[in-house]
Amino acid sequence: MSAASKMAGLPVLAVSDAVKRFGGVLALDRVSLTLHAGEVVALLGDNGAGKSTLIKCLAGVHRLDEGAIAMDGEPVRIDSPAAAQALGIETVYQDLALFDNLDPPANFYAGREIAGPHWLPRALRVMRPSAMRAATDAVLTELRVRLPSVGMTVGLMSGGQRQAVAVARAAAFASRVVVLDEPTAALGARESRSVLDLITRLREQGKAVLVISHALDHVIEVADRAVVMRRGRLVGEEVPTRESQPRLVSLIVGGDA
Amino acid sequence: MLELGLLFLRIGPAIGLVILILVISQLTPAFATPRNVGNLLAQSAVISVLAMGQLLVIITRGIDLSVGSTLALSTVTGALAASAGASTPVVIGVMLLTGIAVGAVNGVVYVFGRLPHPFIITLATLSIARGLALWLSDGQPVQNMPDPIRFIGGEILFGWLPVSTMLVAAIALAVLLLTTLLVAGRWIYAVGGNPDAARRIGIPVGGTLVAVYVVSGLMAGIAGLLTAGRTGAGAPTFGSLAELDAIAAVIIGGASFLGGRGNVGNAIVGALMIAVIRNGMNLMNVDSFFQPMVIGVVIVLAVEADVVRNRLEQRFRLRRALA
Repeated sequence: MSAASKMAGLPVLAVSDAVKRFGGVLALDRVSLTLHAGEVVALLGDNGAGKSTLIKCLAGVHRLDEGAIAMDGEPVRIDSPAAAQALGIETVYQDLALFDNLDPPANFYAGREIAGPHWLPRALRVMRPSAMRAATDAVLTELRVRLPSVGMTVGLMSGGQRQAVAVARAAAFASRVVVLDEPTAALGARESRSVLDLITRLREQGKAVLVISHALDHVIEVADRAVVMRRGRLVGEEVPTRESQPRLVSLIVGGDA
Repeated sequence: MLELGLLFLRIGPAIGLVILILVISQLTPAFATPRNVGNLLAQSAVISVLAMGQLLVIITRGIDLSVGSTLALSTVTGALAASAGASTPVVIGVMLLTGIAVGAVNGVVYVFGRLPHPFIITLATLSIARGLALWLSDGQPVQNMPDPIRFIGGEILFGWLPVSTMLVAAIALAVLLLTTLLVAGRWIYAVGGNPDAARRIGIPVGGTLVAVYVVSGLMAGIAGLLTAGRTGAGAPTFGSLAELDAIAAVIIGGASFLGGRGNVGNAIVGALMIAVIRNGMNLMNVDSFFQPMVIGVVIVLAVEADVVRNRLEQRFRLRRALA
């Protein structure tokens, strides 16, 4: 499906003229954005530019006041986190939303446990730990994420490993779009490296990836396009390279610098 | 080294219990006799049941202060039902439903009243349930417990195996299955580990919390059944401060007061530890005023162990990041 839409040139995700207000504040001012399968797009901007609002609208946390969202050309409504997930959009927030007291398979399947029998209410179903573990192992292997032990609780893992678990969980359930909010912000150089590798593997899987980042070096390394927001508006787009870096910076900070 | 330290802190309470039992049986020959083992198990049954309910509550970062009063209320409602001529199953049903009702009030008010913490509501029901028990019984014990209930709460088979212990074992098995195999059990840990993430990911956090307080109330009802069976009566004074024993048992057993962590073994080990300390000191004729002090010291040790565990885990994480 994603390959087909890529050939047709149809974006996996297209946001057009998105408007979001909080009281009198215009957080999104007619923002339009497209994401294609197998593409990594960086979303840049200073604090308060509207990046977080935009990704929360894609995640179903906020609802757009105006504008439209389409997937593969079909208009969709994203009015809850469950709706976003059902459409194949997964978001990794900065706080990662991990359960430190649980191991990676439990984290992967929290809230969507593999369990049966189906005639029982969901809460009373018996989990299938081996199925969840095998599926988690498969995803981690495919993404080449190496963890000290799959049976270890996430709370005992390093920042990079935790980030990897969160991204892999998103990748496992996102059939179309993965949104990452500052995935390398809290990491050291080597751990950032492995997360960047992970992002390129998501691209190889044909997923559309939207990354918020302040680290221009990382953006230049992994992103195919960079779009810049300022005060709720989309103010520019560049292919991020060493040469375009000064232009990106001036777009981010505004003015003619 | 760190791994060993973490392992030790995890099984530490069980090791402590074994050492305690060995030491006390050396100190006093009356300890390791079948008769005393039966007594000890019977004494620990009520705390064990309450502690298992409290465990689930504490895993979700909560606390249930009402269980002692709920226990008393359920013995009174049960005894009154029996006095009114109700059959044994009805009496048992009344007791369990009393517990469930108080638990439901706790959970519903906590969740839908959007209270910041369950401390206050369960403190309120601690007071309300005790008052209700006093009012219903006119402040007097109510006799007339039917024989089958006396059998469950008071009979000791083969001179050492209380029927109540078998009930405790069955409940422990049920809680073990709930916490390790059922989806609901996973939700309890998820809510305790990261309530915000649980909500965002679509886990019914409110429903999980209400269920946990209902189960804790049910456990208080079962504890009431055992108490009424052992004494043959219902009384509004039963279970006084039992909630503190239950909380202490969970913490002494090694569950984390910060939530998210603990298993049924922790609750049972903690309850047995308290019972063994009390029983051992009684046998050795230690002044009974010392018992609360010793229990208090053990609580401090247990909480400190939890703090040390968290510290060790942070070191562990740091080392992984640098490795």
